[in-house]
Amino acid sequence: MQKLTNRSVQVDRSPMTFGEKIYLPAIAKGLGITLSHIFKKKATVNYPEEKRPFSPVFRGLHVLNRDEEGRERCTACGLCALACPAEAITMEAAERKPGEENLYREEKYAAKYEINMLRCIFCGYCEEACPKDAVYLSETIMPASYKRKEFIYKKEDLLIPHPKKQETK
Amino acid sequence: MSEIQKFKVTIDNISIEVPAGTTILNAARMIGGEVTPPAMCYYSKLKESGGKCRTCLVEVSKGSEKDPRPMPKLVASCRTTVMDGMEVKNITSEKVVDARKGVVEMLLINHPLDCPVCDQAGECHLQDLSYEHGTEGTRYEFERRTFEKEDIGPYISLHMTRCILCYRCVNTAKELTDKREHGILERGDHSEISTLLGKSLDNEFIGNVIDVCPVGALTDKTFRFKNRVWFTKPVDVHRDCPTCSGKARAWMRGDEVFRVTARKDQWGEVEEWICNDCRFHKKEAADWVVEGPSKIDRRSVISQGHYVDTKDTQVLIDKVIGKQPRFTLDIHSVSDVNKPEVELSRIQGPAHSDDFKATQE
Repeated sequence: MQKLTNRSVQVDRSPMTFGEKIYLPAIAKGLGITLSHIFKKKATVNYPEEKRPFSPVFRGLHVLNRDEEGRERCTACGLCALACPAEAITMEAAERKPGEENLYREEKYAAKYEINMLRCIFCGYCEEACPKDAVYLSETIMPASYKRKEFIYKKEDLLIPHPKKQETK
Repeated sequence: MSEIQKFKVTIDNISIEVPAGTTILNAARMIGGEVTPPAMCYYSKLKESGGKCRTCLVEVSKGSEKDPRPMPKLVASCRTTVMDGMEVKNITSEKVVDARKGVVEMLLINHPLDCPVCDQAGECHLQDLSYEHGTEGTRYEFERRTFEKEDIGPYISLHMTRCILCYRCVNTAKELTDKREHGILERGDHSEISTLLGKSLDNEFIGNVIDVCPVGALTDKTFRFKNRVWFTKPVDVHRDCPTCSGKARAWMRGDEVFRVTARKDQWGEVEEWICNDCRFHKKEAADWVVEGPSKIDRRSVISQGHYVDTKDTQVLIDKVIGKQPRFTLDIHSVSDVNKPEVELSRIQGPAHSDDFKATQE
């Protein structure tokens, strides 16, 4: 039969020589390979004490951004939900009342904003679609949990801390 | 004089015979498709509309059979009637495309570009137009023209900053109502739609100004910020209405009627005017007889996620595993959004923080 490639090698089935029969040189050779690995760079890191550096394009857990004055940037335009291929984002909008100008940047805001992390595929389309620079994918790995309901992230879970309130603390 | 004189007109190398007195725009609409110039102010149902926005500019490369000289400038196709043997260039003329781009940019100078907030986004003619011409961004660096917000009643909200002064709503009020209560005040750059004394618009057909408005200057207050246009599903519905034809379009989500508008044709124009009662008060699914889903252009964002001619596939999972699958998470037990017992569409006017606080407790 014609060979498909010239990489195949016929298995050597000739009887073992005396040197091979005493095994000891082969064991020593094997131990030598094992020992040499002690001096090589480790493939693992000691997580969580040590963390691997993220790639600059890493897409992790979402955050909802605030502006410099701590007002919420999201206006519930629905473009992230529209762009989302997994349909993970839902929201309900409300109108800003007089006196709430320090809370919300625009006339309209997201009264409720939820991301279902069980559905989310971390594609980053929401970040790309957002016209108000409100939603960002951070460099945080999605925390694990035993309960499904803990994967429904509400607006309070996603919002970044208030910049001014943090300073006073 | 029994026979109406027919004129032969060629638009973008497509010839058509139209009755004398037809405008170039209407002749182009008879051909249809891409040769039709866009129109922001012209409205075929309103007698006096047209001639204001200049987006329908076309080049007339041959005046008529008798006088073949081209017209010296681009002409507004909604106001220019055809002549026999006229040759018109629309998208085949570089001059027209260039001029139209300039017009769109001009319309956008004072437009606030707040599409994420605006309820018209998704069905806005200015938005479509600007994206078609690649002018969705802005080069304007100065302060935009702003107005004090005026309350014109419980049903219609007016955002004067978004207005492009097309006069469509003024003409609508003139034709549908006995006494027009709003109009354009001031002039030039200061022009604004207003009722002058802060009166509210309350004629029973005045709701039609919302449908007629090509931008988000006049929007439905009962739908304000409730949902985005593309998340609701348009359904053709009708009801027995003593004042109007009762033929409308309901924008639904599940069984909730979020918004009622008039039905619109392929040019985005209202087919039949509807009354305020149908538009603002009939927000129950039981009020309407459903005819079927509305036809929406498949390129429109409104048609996203709305599938037609779908087939129900048989569910086999229970047969395979020998029992009903167990739900591991009832989303409504965790989620605050879209709670089945809370119906946003029933709230009068836009939702506020109080509405959500009440439901949380």
